[in-house]
Amino acid sequence: MNIIVCIKQVPETTEVRINPETNTLIREGVKSIVNPFDMYAIEEAVRLKERFGGKITVITMGPPQAEAALKEAIAMGADEGILVCDRAFAGSDTWATSYTLAGAIKKLGAFDLILCGKQASDGDTAQVGPGIAAHMDIPQVTYVKKVEEATDKFMRVERMLEEGFERIETPLPALMTVVKEINEPRIPSLKGMMRAKSAKITTWGQKDLNLDPQNIGLCGSPTQVVKIFTPPQRTGGQVFQGEASEVAAKIVELIKDEVH
Amino acid sequence: MDYLLTEEQIMIRDLARKIAQEKIKPVAAEFDRTEKFPHEIIKIIAESDLFGLFIPEEYGGMSVGVMNLCLATEELSRACGGIAVCYAASALGTFPIVLFGNDAQKRKYLPDLAKGKKVAAFGITEPEAGSDASGIKTTARKEGDYYILNGLKHFITNGGDAETYTVIAMTDKTKGARGASAFIVEKGTPGFTFGKKEDKLGIRASSTTELIFTDCKIPKENLLAKEGMGFIVTMRTFDMSRPGVAAQALGIAQGALDTAVKYAKERVQFGKSISSFQGIQWMLADMATEIEAARALVYSTARMVDAGKTDVSKESAMAKLFASDVAMKVSTDAVQILGGYGYMKDYPAEKYMRDAKITQIYEGTNQIQRNIIALKLIKEMGR
Repeated sequence: MNIIVCIKQVPETTEVRINPETNTLIREGVKSIVNPFDMYAIEEAVRLKERFGGKITVITMGPPQAEAALKEAIAMGADEGILVCDRAFAGSDTWATSYTLAGAIKKLGAFDLILCGKQASDGDTAQVGPGIAAHMDIPQVTYVKKVEEATDKFMRVERMLEEGFERIETPLPALMTVVKEINEPRIPSLKGMMRAKSAKITTWGQKDLNLDPQNIGLCGSPTQVVKIFTPPQRTGGQVFQGEASEVAAKIVELIKDEVH
Repeated sequence: MDYLLTEEQIMIRDLARKIAQEKIKPVAAEFDRTEKFPHEIIKIIAESDLFGLFIPEEYGGMSVGVMNLCLATEELSRACGGIAVCYAASALGTFPIVLFGNDAQKRKYLPDLAKGKKVAAFGITEPEAGSDASGIKTTARKEGDYYILNGLKHFITNGGDAETYTVIAMTDKTKGARGASAFIVEKGTPGFTFGKKEDKLGIRASSTTELIFTDCKIPKENLLAKEGMGFIVTMRTFDMSRPGVAAQALGIAQGALDTAVKYAKERVQFGKSISSFQGIQWMLADMATEIEAARALVYSTARMVDAGKTDVSKESAMAKLFASDVAMKVSTDAVQILGGYGYMKDYPAEKYMRDAKITQIYEGTNQIQRNIIALKLIKEMGR
């Protein structure tokens, strides 16, 4: 089974600070990690490879330092890493990113399965995975929580819903995004880490992918970020003190005023 | 302090730290309470290749480096001294085969130990032979192609859970210490059973049991080195493993200090964080300084061993003695800094204190370490 895993390097924090002037994330001083949801995609790929053999290629689009994310995936058991990196790709929104990644995947050639995390912990859009499937024109199954059966022709998986799950069978090649319920990512082995250290990462830029310049980077991105801001902290609200019956009466009055 | 670790050593340290902090720390208190052998954790450590750190590459390991072993043991112990000792005691049981095994023995036993598929244990202590190893009563009688083992070992770490045991037994009682020999005994050999499991003060995740040999028949091929080499095997093994015990003590001390610093910053009394009080600050400063001194001694000793120095008894003893005394003092002070909470099992401080105590006792009590150091000093002076 030839598997492609798309990953993203993200800042290691859920409390991302925003530069109010440029409307961009402040990345200085924040350690970079592999997007936690992508770790489940890498782990599932390694498990499928352990069962069926084959090859795992990890792809990421990002700055040169995103190579570290690819190496972490190789340490866990991926075979090869491809860094899609070019100034021309800067400012890509989810549409342009998925278009660019799809371009890289097409260049790679035949594959059976593309795995992605359900979303990135920084942007939280959950759009790039499905976007790649759309650009590739292949079936997609999002929020996969369990692989029930896999052959080289089809896969049957459970897809998480808010209440319960769906069982879906799809022909391959297909794209799937996975949720954290699917597995527990392994800790890399020392041998894997040593292999990753000496692994050669392939870098592809615009001249390697030869994509439509109108569809990449900032100018290929239909999304416009008008404003980003940190929501104001919630204040403590109004506190009433006194006898319960008095307080209750006050609250009732207040609600009445609000309604009218 | 920067110990100028190699890239590989940093990798080993960070990997062990990741396992310790992510997988061991959250369950350390539970294993301490239930006294269960941490099979799940051992599997994670095994899959990370850390069991290969004390086994040569040709036998499936990652080279033999005492420094590497110390880095891994220190980080694991920082999260749980009990779980870490399951790992370190396997190294103790494996070293005799690495150091004295012939090619056939190494091929047979080391690959599974390197992969962590099997865990090892070392059996020397007996009820009447603790510090005085010459009191060993377990015998090995040669009969044709076999040795017949009879006797009782006790306080054996990993007892019952290990698959491969290195056991010291007397092949010739008339020769005293020179009559002892080392054998490899596999779990499941008829006549080899396990006795009482000890209920311990600390390191409770690790099992400590008796090994009982009743006409236990093992092939003569399981003799390590030659008959009469048992004490040499033991002494050389301890030279290799004592830096590991010292590293365990170091990790416990560091874990206790981590706990104390974190608590001191969070705990507010008299309207201030207690870390702003000089009394607490000076305690923390002393703890950190002592730990750093211990680390410098442990790492230096480990590097001496790795550089091929064979006469390391004094340094190994010093590292074990100093680091374990530091662990006991630092963990006791950590409990003090946490005050009433330090005494409660809801907080991790008291466990570090309980786990620290054993490092002053096993693999030679600290009194025996002082004997080793003093004897060496006097001998050196006589030259």
